[in-house]
Amino acid sequence: PFIKKQTKLKTRNYCSFLNVSLYSVQNEDTEQQIIRETFHLVSKRDENVCNFLEGGLLIGGLDYKLIYRHYATLYFVFCVDSSESELGILDLIQVFVETLDKCFENVCELDLIFHVDKVHHILAEMVMGGMVLETNMNEIITQVDAQNKMEKSEAGIAGAPARAVSAVKNMNLPEMPKNINIGDISIKVPNLPSFK
Amino acid sequence: MALKIVKGSIDRMFDKNLQDLVRGIRNHKEDEAKYISTCIDEIKQELKQDNIAVKANAVCKLTYLQMLGYDVSWAAFNIVEVMSSSKFTYKRIGYLAASQCFHESTDVIMLTTNQIRKDLSSPNQYDTGVALTGLSCFVTPDLARDLANDIMTLMSHTKPYIRKKAVLIMYKVFLKYPESLRPAFPRLKEKLEDPDPGVQSAAVNVICELARRNPKNYLSLAPLFFKLMTSSTNNWVLIKIIKLFGALTPLEPRLGKKLIEPLTNLIHSTSAMSLLYECVNTVIAVLISLSSGMPNHSASIQLCVQKLRILIEDSDQNLKYLGLLAMSKILKTHPKSVQSHKDLILQCLDDKDESIRLRALDLLYGMVSKKNLMEIVKKLMLHVDKAEGTTYRDELLTKIIDICSQSNYQYITNFEWYISILVELTRLEGTRHGHLIASQMLDVAIRVKAIRAFAVAQMATLLDNAHLLTGNTQRNGICEVLYAAAWICGEFSEHLENPMQTLEAMLRPKVATLPGHIQAVYVQNAAKLFATVLKGEEGNTDGTAAQEASQLMIDRLPLFVQSANLEVQERASCILQLVKYIQKLQQKDVEVAEEVNALFAGELNPVAPKAQKKVPVPEGLDLDAWINEPPSESESEDEQPKAIFAKEEPKHSRPRHTEVDEKELARRREARKQEQANNPFYIKASPSSQKVYQEAPGVEHIPVVQIDLNVPLKVPGLPMSDQYVKMEEERRQKERAEKKKKEKKKRKEKRSGRGKKHDSAPESEEDITPAHMVDIVTEEMPENALPSDDDERDPTDPHKALDIDLDKPLADSEKLPVRSHRAAESQKSPTDGETENATLQEPKKKSSKEKREKKKDKERDRKKSKEEKKKKKHKHEDKEEDLLGGQADEPVLQSEETSQVADPPTSSSTTAEVSDLDFWLSNAPVPSNTQEAATVAAAAPEPSVTAPDSEPDEPKDTEMEETKSSKHKKKKQKKEKEEKEKKKKKKHHHHHHHHSDGAGEESVQNGTVEEEEPLPPMSNYCLLAENSYIKMMMEDADEVYDIQGNLQDGSQVVVSVIFENKCNSFLKSMEFNVLDSLNSKLQRPEGSGPHDGLVVPFQLPPGVSNEARFVFTVQSIVMPQKLKGTLTFIVKNEDDSTHEKLDFKLHFTCTSYLITTPCYSDAFAKLLESGDLKSSSIRLEGVNMPFHHLLARICFHHHFSVVERIDSCASMYSRSIQGHHVCLLVKTSAQTVSIDAKCDEPTLLGNVLDEIKQTFSQC
Repeated sequence: PFIKKQTKLKTRNYCSFLNVSLYSVQNEDTEQQIIRETFHLVSKRDENVCNFLEGGLLIGGLDYKLIYRHYATLYFVFCVDSSESELGILDLIQVFVETLDKCFENVCELDLIFHVDKVHHILAEMVMGGMVLETNMNEIITQVDAQNKMEKSEAGIAGAPARAVSAVKNMNLPEMPKNINIGDISIKVPNLPSFK
Repeated sequence: MALKIVKGSIDRMFDKNLQDLVRGIRNHKEDEAKYISTCIDEIKQELKQDNIAVKANAVCKLTYLQMLGYDVSWAAFNIVEVMSSSKFTYKRIGYLAASQCFHESTDVIMLTTNQIRKDLSSPNQYDTGVALTGLSCFVTPDLARDLANDIMTLMSHTKPYIRKKAVLIMYKVFLKYPESLRPAFPRLKEKLEDPDPGVQSAAVNVICELARRNPKNYLSLAPLFFKLMTSSTNNWVLIKIIKLFGALTPLEPRLGKKLIEPLTNLIHSTSAMSLLYECVNTVIAVLISLSSGMPNHSASIQLCVQKLRILIEDSDQNLKYLGLLAMSKILKTHPKSVQSHKDLILQCLDDKDESIRLRALDLLYGMVSKKNLMEIVKKLMLHVDKAEGTTYRDELLTKIIDICSQSNYQYITNFEWYISILVELTRLEGTRHGHLIASQMLDVAIRVKAIRAFAVAQMATLLDNAHLLTGNTQRNGICEVLYAAAWICGEFSEHLENPMQTLEAMLRPKVATLPGHIQAVYVQNAAKLFATVLKGEEGNTDGTAAQEASQLMIDRLPLFVQSANLEVQERASCILQLVKYIQKLQQKDVEVAEEVNALFAGELNPVAPKAQKKVPVPEGLDLDAWINEPPSESESEDEQPKAIFAKEEPKHSRPRHTEVDEKELARRREARKQEQANNPFYIKASPSSQKVYQEAPGVEHIPVVQIDLNVPLKVPGLPMSDQYVKMEEERRQKERAEKKKKEKKKRKEKRSGRGKKHDSAPESEEDITPAHMVDIVTEEMPENALPSDDDERDPTDPHKALDIDLDKPLADSEKLPVRSHRAAESQKSPTDGETENATLQEPKKKSSKEKREKKKDKERDRKKSKEEKKKKKHKHEDKEEDLLGGQADEPVLQSEETSQVADPPTSSSTTAEVSDLDFWLSNAPVPSNTQEAATVAAAAPEPSVTAPDSEPDEPKDTEMEETKSSKHKKKKQKKEKEEKEKKKKKKHHHHHHHHSDGAGEESVQNGTVEEEEPLPPMSNYCLLAENSYIKMMMEDADEVYDIQGNLQDGSQVVVSVIFENKCNSFLKSMEFNVLDSLNSKLQRPEGSGPHDGLVVPFQLPPGVSNEARFVFTVQSIVMPQKLKGTLTFIVKNEDDSTHEKLDFKLHFTCTSYLITTPCYSDAFAKLLESGDLKSSSIRLEGVNMPFHHLLARICFHHHFSVVERIDSCASMYSRSIQGHHVCLLVKTSAQTVSIDAKCDEPTLLGNVLDEIKQTFSQC
């Protein structure tokens, strides 16, 4: 169940990207249906098979392909049309994951779950309106960092109490780790914001 | 203030943030929905607070909930609030939320325009960046229109970060607001050479995306991209460019030639698989585009195939997959080179990855030949046995059938083998494709006559063993084959060895468990079998066998009579009664066999699936016509144009119906019967028709030969297809041996001089003769069916209609300036109905567009000005006009100015560019000999196709030139000259549009804007007269001024004449004179006599053309006029000069007296209702052009404007210079166009209609 949730979430990420480029009429139901379908298709594939899935009607027809990569319990799925190079997109996913890793310092699933907004911001530096914006990892990281810095400077004193509360909340929930998940060692508690 | 902030943030401490929400949801797995609904309540509370931080937090949580599939559209306004926060942190949250939640129908988007504009111009680059990112997700046509200019400015921002985003988002803007493409393109093109690689890559990205949809408009960029390709090291960019070239090569084979070398180099040098793969793909595209003309590229094919083989052999499944994918592209054009890798592809069939197996299967389809079909199918059958999972097995099954049945069973040499394959396939359990096998069985049995006996035997066995197939009837699709088996056994029962036994098998009680439709076939065919049995026993004196059969029927049929299925029940009870009656007769020893057999006499011929569609509509039958007049209520309000002319409708339609009276009908019927009788393809009632059909000439008829006896007819149990493979081998060997003998004989004959030429090549495809000569009966088609290849293309294919390119209106820029949107709305006149005022008061929204158009014109003018300075004066005028109209839009104009340097992308204004491209392409490594030069010259007229006005003199000129010299350089010069001329002419053309009423132009567009096809070039210039010195072209006198003050009932007509010097001498002292008629007079300067000529105000150096205008006064305009005239001039050479003259005739058509005048639909309706208009109508047959072309032609040549258009029906209006109203209703169906017209002057109307007819008869 955990994987599913996570995957759904990740897939959603890309479906937002996909929606922008594909659908003039967006509605939550089709969106959810696409995610479910995509997850169903991708998750039942074996290891060691190719990473392409040819387009069904749901994702916009024959011109479209699902291209995915599988990292541990995560699937990163892109839906692209024939103007993109298949192998190029595989590289792009790799760049994305490496960028996430750098930005979150050893990324794990929980980072992505709890910081969806940040993931979106990083993705926004790579892909814009359904088109590849930047493929150079250093450039992406520079821009993301600069924006985060700005955010921090803006927060200043006003932000501090909130961060404190958030830290306290995390500490006040002893039951939390129990609920997070069963037997996955790599799980970290989400970063506790520290006072600066 | 500070206190408030602190207080606010303390309140905020106890709100949940996003992390809390996520955690909460994860902790409430059991009652997630309930938990979320309480969270949403909280969020609603938070949104009500004034504190923007609280709101931002709430919006952030909403974004997450939206992602989980909850509807958050109710918070759209709050999102806008957060977007407009001054802090980047909140702004970013707001834009993220907007990009996730907003779509085109979100109405608050309207409110964001100014906020986004503010953010775009923010000093902080990240504010701008975040706004651009957000905008890229939710841009609407309105936003695109309002912000296009701001974004365009950002494309030249100092920060590459902004530049790159601005460039990329332009694509989205183009999609939503196509009008922006042209003004923005020059700058976009500049960005291809931006110093920042990111910006460059973005520009390549956008242009490639644009070019993919409309490649032909981007051909002129090929040299630039070629340069980038050879210089860039960025693989992303390279891949994009190479993909783009793949789209361009089909349009320009010369480009392909130029590409092959650098691409092959890349293939050899690159280490990046992705790049290698794209290179191979593009080389394949090149080879496909060259496939006809270039035989010596086999090396490139070999290279591609080799590289692909390496990919396929790679252990990486992705590469394997892509390799196979690319291989299938080669297969279409170069099947031979793929076939040599059959081993590899067959190997891929064993791959564990289904995607790869499916790709390999696709390849197999193209690889079969007569020689290897059996072998390949045998292999596939093995896979069928091994396959796990029904989907893949079903896929295999369909592929086997596809492969075998492709192109009318072309590769099958032995149909017995095929039948046994089909029978083997029936052993598959749980397949969904029973009906597929069944239809193959039926098809083969019906169409291959020689195989019937064998097929019937096999089917009888199947029926006998039906219990094997019907394990679980509900879910088992395979029982469908019993349908085919029963039908074949019944229909061809004369071939049955033991009909009685089969009859028994068909009447077993177990049959009742089969699906209804199969039972019905069983019952019906049992009756057929029964008839055969009776016939077989006919001769026997002992009638017991026949009586046994009757008894069997009577015993078993009641079971079917009780069937719940109506069809089965009806047939069974019918047949049961029949058999009972027969039994009675039998007991009286009456011979019944013949009568019973008569029930099923005759043979069914195969009918092509599309036959019904192809039945031509008989002459005189109008399927759209009302049989009875429709009830009057059905005339709804929205069908106004129809309603307007409704009164006349009966007049037009009735004569058509009464024409076809009874006698006529009878005559036609007779004629048709006669025709059918003579038509061998027509299915006739008599059973003998089959013979007629076979003997008919033109039908490929192969005599049916007895089946070889080396195939045992009776196969015990189920047959094994494998044995056929072996037998086939033996047979072929035998044949080969025989052939050798024959050839030896022939050679001997040859020596004696009588033998024909014969290639004794090693065994080829054609040499394999089929085991049995079979005639594959072609499916029948109805009489008169048109033999067409495009059967597959469905004219009503929705995709065809959907193939509307958003950037299309810009693509064919050569068209009159387009104002696209709102075009479909019918215009309503303002209350006063004063049309002149109305055009001036058009909504302001349009003004920007108009300006843009003017700018376009200006651009063109400017271009021209560079080339010919003579025209300065004209240009000045134009400019003044532009400035008058364009003042309000200052910023746009300025940005326009800066981008002016670069050439606009449009093909009309880039004729020079196109010829550059030609030059670039012709400089290909191929030695540029005279032949090459010729192709360049031949390519020269190309631009004229895209130019708005193709002069009729064009082809002549090129012809002349071609005969004159064959040297490359000279040609080049000439071509340039030609282009200059063309531009000049073009100028006049645009000039004219300039003067003519703006609103009129708009309505001309009405008919055309939504269509995807570009208009063909049109010109109003026609040849007036020509001799070896000079050519005169007259522009249809279309600039008409009404001089009300001077002449109450008379008018003036202006005629533009282009004079073109065709000789090598100087022409001067030209004098233009016309013999005045009573009605029309040339206006001469005061003081000159009525017969004096007018001096043409210029001289013509060699090869130059110029235009002069002459004014005529006309009294009556209802009739067309011809005026005789003479042009006198002096030809001046170096040494002498001669006096020459040229006679011509000026033709004033009635349409030249019409002025394009806009009309509003309500005014139009009033006009028609007023009742003082006379009507008339014409019909045009065989007009083969899209409706919008038709309208555009009428608008262009006859000065009409479209009032309203509904589907294939349009109302049009025009006014004469003397104020006559002319109204048209144009309707089209198929190739017939009917024009109903009304005018207050019938003579004028008649003449105008005649002229319209003339226009369309010419094309």
